[in-house]
Amino acid sequence: MPLSREESSPLFAGTAAGTLRLIFYLAIAMVLMVLDHRNGWLWRMRYATAIVIEPVYRLASLPADGMHALGVAFADRRLLTEQNQRLREDLLLANAKLNRMAAVAEQNQRLKELLDTQHSLELHVQMARVIGIDLGAFRHRMMINLGARDGVKAGQPVIDAHGVMGQVIDVLPNSATVMLVTDPDHALPVVVERTGLRTIAYGSRNGEQLTLPTVPMAADIHVGDKLLTSGLGGRFPEGFPVGEVATVGPAPSGMFLEAHANPSADLDRSDEVLVLHDLAEPAGPPPPPSPAGPPTDEAPPPPAPAGSSAAAPRAVSPAAAASAGVPQT
Amino acid sequence: MSRQRLSFWWFVGTLAGALLLMLIPLPSVLDPFKPYWPALVLLYWALESGEQRVTLGLAFVIGVCADMFNGVLLGEQALRLCVLTFIALRFRSRLRFFPMWQQTLAVLALLVNDRFLLLIVRAFAGESTPPALWWASPFVSALLWPFLFLLLDDLRMRLRLQ
Repeated sequence: MPLSREESSPLFAGTAAGTLRLIFYLAIAMVLMVLDHRNGWLWRMRYATAIVIEPVYRLASLPADGMHALGVAFADRRLLTEQNQRLREDLLLANAKLNRMAAVAEQNQRLKELLDTQHSLELHVQMARVIGIDLGAFRHRMMINLGARDGVKAGQPVIDAHGVMGQVIDVLPNSATVMLVTDPDHALPVVVERTGLRTIAYGSRNGEQLTLPTVPMAADIHVGDKLLTSGLGGRFPEGFPVGEVATVGPAPSGMFLEAHANPSADLDRSDEVLVLHDLAEPAGPPPPPSPAGPPTDEAPPPPAPAGSSAAAPRAVSPAAAASAGVPQT
Repeated sequence: MSRQRLSFWWFVGTLAGALLLMLIPLPSVLDPFKPYWPALVLLYWALESGEQRVTLGLAFVIGVCADMFNGVLLGEQALRLCVLTFIALRFRSRLRFFPMWQQTLAVLALLVNDRFLLLIVRAFAGESTPPALWWASPFVSALLWPFLFLLLDDLRMRLRLQ
């Protein structure tokens, strides 16, 4: 009996219908990719289907959580005691430093009020846990367990105890994606602590380092220099540690020095991270002063559009706020 | 009836499990060596049941689901899995009767081709080229293929599913 002719996948030649179907699906996939790349549809869809996606993330993070719990459960007693001792010492040291800093911070605050600047040394943070899932190798992203319902917005800086980790790029209702500073697409304005040299730290293509490709040839930069956020660009507040310069050498172009730095944050190991809520001072000219007019209690109640409510506290003139004793945060 | 239903759920379950395995993190040292699970499981079913179960539409749907979970670029994995499934279905009758080592080599070729597709898509999306270790994943996947194939086949025999 001969092989049946209507077999769907013949031995050598395919059917034209199958090829047509392939072309059809490839076309749809390409249209989806282009639309997503242009408009960011994926995140709108993910937000809409978050009710399915977030439980799956929780499920996928269970093994990592389980390993962590096992590690704690079977940890050596001696190890735990040692760790506890070390943490205690760290805490003592940190508290001592803080006590000394408190007076300085207060003095700084007073001086800054005198200077009419609105920088603040206080931290408004939210603690978040890292969800242990894999978003693809070499992607330099991570998920945290805070989302839109907790007031997290895209663009917020994320730090840990040692330094800047990255920034929130996309938000779901109960989780958010963080782009790490080592991502090749990430750039961060930094300043060298020792010399005040401003430059930009990019993520690097390979490995867990930061690249500073545009350091001027004559600049004073050494291995071991610490990098801080400079606060320029208006996204990261100034003064957070970013990394430590590991190598300095001429850039391939020959026009600049190129430095590589190790990030100071524990990008691989952090379980808990802090989401910063106070953003940097907005770049650009200062807000216009409130127009001088009759005292506010005699003026008619101004219409309050909803959009300006966030900007309203800034419009209060600093002198008036200072004299009224309003803390400027 | 119930056996048919069971085998259907077994089919769906392995695919869902593959998607979940894709999301589960490995220690950061092993991270670049992670096999591409959805492709492997889809290949197994394509070779095992052919067009009656694995169609291009199914590959597309699974790819879109994987894209939603990964959050990279909608349609990227859909495209890759469609191409993979198409080739596997086209050469199914030959691939099925290959000895295991030849089949493994064929799977390796398919997965390397898949990586090239990904590279092209990433280049169009304006992302930087990945480091050399990024190419390790297809080889790990191909090494795992015989074990995965035998395991799934054995389980299917034991449970008397089809």
